[in-house]
Amino acid sequence: MSTAVTGQSRNKTRSIVVWTIVALVGAAGWTMLALSRGEEVSAAWMVAAAAGSYAIGYRFYSKFIAYKVLKADKTRATPAERLDNGIDFQPTDRRVLFGHHFAAISGAGPLVGPVLAAQMGYLPGTIWIIAGVIFAGAVQDMVVLFFSTRRNGRSLGQMAREEIGPLGGAAALLAVFAIMIILLAVLALVVVNALAESPWGTFSIGMTIPIALFMGFYLRVIRPGRIAEVSLIGVALLLLALVAGRWVAKSSWAEAFTLSKESLVIWLVVYAFIASVLPVWMLLAPRDYLSTFMKLGTIALLFIGVVVAAPMLKMDAVTDFATQGTGPVFAGSLFPFVFITIACGALSGFHSLISSGTTPKMVEKETQVRMIGYGSMLLESSVAIMAMIAACVLDPGLYFGMNSAPVVLGETVQDWVGTIQSWGFTITEDQMVAYAKSVEEASLWGRTGGAPTFAIGVAEIFSTVTSDGLKAFWYHFAIMFEALFILTALDAGTRVGRFMLQDTLGNVYKPLKRVSWWPGLIVSSAIVTGLWGYFLWVGVRDPLGGINQLFPLFGISNQLLGAVALTVCTTLLIKSGRLKWAWVTGVPLVWVATVTLTASWQKVFSDDPRVGFFAQGDKAQAAIDSGTLEGKALTDAETIVTNTTVDGVLSALFAILVVVVIADAARVCIKSVRNPASVVSHEEPYTESKYIAPAQLFATKEEKAELQAAGLGSGGGRIDGAGDRSEVGS
Amino acid sequence: MTAVRTAASRIWWYVRELTGETAYERYVAHVRKDHPDAPVQSRREFERERTDRQAADPRQGFRCC
Repeated sequence: MSTAVTGQSRNKTRSIVVWTIVALVGAAGWTMLALSRGEEVSAAWMVAAAAGSYAIGYRFYSKFIAYKVLKADKTRATPAERLDNGIDFQPTDRRVLFGHHFAAISGAGPLVGPVLAAQMGYLPGTIWIIAGVIFAGAVQDMVVLFFSTRRNGRSLGQMAREEIGPLGGAAALLAVFAIMIILLAVLALVVVNALAESPWGTFSIGMTIPIALFMGFYLRVIRPGRIAEVSLIGVALLLLALVAGRWVAKSSWAEAFTLSKESLVIWLVVYAFIASVLPVWMLLAPRDYLSTFMKLGTIALLFIGVVVAAPMLKMDAVTDFATQGTGPVFAGSLFPFVFITIACGALSGFHSLISSGTTPKMVEKETQVRMIGYGSMLLESSVAIMAMIAACVLDPGLYFGMNSAPVVLGETVQDWVGTIQSWGFTITEDQMVAYAKSVEEASLWGRTGGAPTFAIGVAEIFSTVTSDGLKAFWYHFAIMFEALFILTALDAGTRVGRFMLQDTLGNVYKPLKRVSWWPGLIVSSAIVTGLWGYFLWVGVRDPLGGINQLFPLFGISNQLLGAVALTVCTTLLIKSGRLKWAWVTGVPLVWVATVTLTASWQKVFSDDPRVGFFAQGDKAQAAIDSGTLEGKALTDAETIVTNTTVDGVLSALFAILVVVVIADAARVCIKSVRNPASVVSHEEPYTESKYIAPAQLFATKEEKAELQAAGLGSGGGRIDGAGDRSEVGS
Repeated sequence: MTAVRTAASRIWWYVRELTGETAYERYVAHVRKDHPDAPVQSRREFERERTDRQAADPRQGFRCC
């Protein structure tokens, strides 16, 4: 008895010491980041601040939410256990599911947002990424996952309809569709800006199509289901294509792969349309294996690179653009626009679709939502930190030369250099040429969209670890990595959009609901690709610069979906009698609603033509009316009027949708607080679990004993023993 | 040497699980255990049905931003 007590208190002391050290490391990182003025800071401090904060957030806050707020119960059977059908419902090893979930939530978003937000300095973005994920983003992912798990894996839309009502449900569905379209347009724009006039990049990305087709054929015909081996072959071919891209760029073929932005748009739209009507096994599935491998591999390399190289951050902690709101990358002041620009990595509404889709049907134990929901999102957030580091290790002059909208910089190269120097950054024409040459690109001026900047940052970091000669290779490696999963997202996203469209239109005309009905398939695919293709085309032709117009719209829509998800979570907490804990999702909801609505308000009503869409349109209209414009200037002005009207209307629509959802939910919440007896629970009733599995990555001493007593490996399994699949037990 | 081999086999196990290569093995185990009399699909048929299901409801394999 007494030895047990001393053992326990020794453990407790050790835990206090360990967590004090973690807190000190994090605090030291924050201090160095915040207090540096004028001198360069090592990126290692940013890593320390992030890692320390994540560890503390995970250890304390996520534990509090899991056990105090949600009351995750390890004796309660999950849908995976109860409904196990060997297909979509099946208990999946927590470590594997963590990988699945992370691969599904992470994409190009966290690589783009932080790069753009770096114009305000590294500090505002970093604070939001880290604080946002701990208190909002990871909370959303985990709570949605938990509630969906309690409801047999219901989707967010279904939960909104059941728990809030048909109006809120319909608004949520419409929001998801609109957001999907904007998302696809923005992602495609990032690819177009990265591949334009770049034969190396275009060739290697183009080669992913035949590689994926080969893999698809291999899996369908030659050796069905041997995914791991064909993925390894695919990755090898991909690296070969990357190396070959350089030969092509230097050969007489280069011209054929040097495409303008306009022709890339056409290629992309045509590609996405064809890809989305082809059978899944041919292109989508194999491409997905490739991009998952590349994604996980590159992120791992990036972590190693940043830690080993520990580069210096050359960007200021806070630039003047943060306070003045006159930034050349995107206009608007720090609040609300940093919080809009960085969506993925801090809080991403899109994740709620994954957390309420595939993952909840595979969770072994309710207690694992902490590791899978909260943990995966922390990892995604650290990817955003890496992107922030990649942007901030560059010379600020280079950063602004690449990311500023052309209209801001001026007409000629001399103007561009002059404008950047007038902001207090040093850059010369020769330096820009040298930078472009070092990565074997034609030019780096105005390479907006985030991907080229991220890729140069990555090349900078990796080449200090490997050798300078590999810089161009690493640059194109990073471009390929980003473009690869954007192309997968275009295909998959078009399919999801089509599915939603077919499902909705099918209520009007029955045959449309059948996914195998060809005319319906082709028409709805064409509508979806046409919609995002329109925004992509507009973005590429936009005289004001596409990404700075579209990205805020994407951020607003993504955060809006986050607001919808947090509304559903808060409603569920209140309806299940947990009013006193409703702040856990309620406070992030208030925050994100304030941010989105302020941003939408400014985008619609601001008098500043740089910020407000309608003010921008009015300015262009006034110029047209004055009759002084002719030729290109006139068509540009007319384009601006059309674009700003569409964008302004969309911003207003998004804001109205979120207000409708929140108001409808508030009605439900008030009703359930006033009359708790009226609440109907849609939760599945309690069933006792016959499954044993640890809650965290590593099993505790008690869990190990429990597993051993049941004769199970570290992966866990059913108590009767038949579910044990863990060949590599520890 | 055994440490290297254990590490390699763990990584291989993880890769196979993550890619879904083991889905068929799990399906066979599932049928054998819960429906001993039911016929077991061949791997070819099983994998075909798996991708066809994804085509029918693309939300299953959806990837985020």
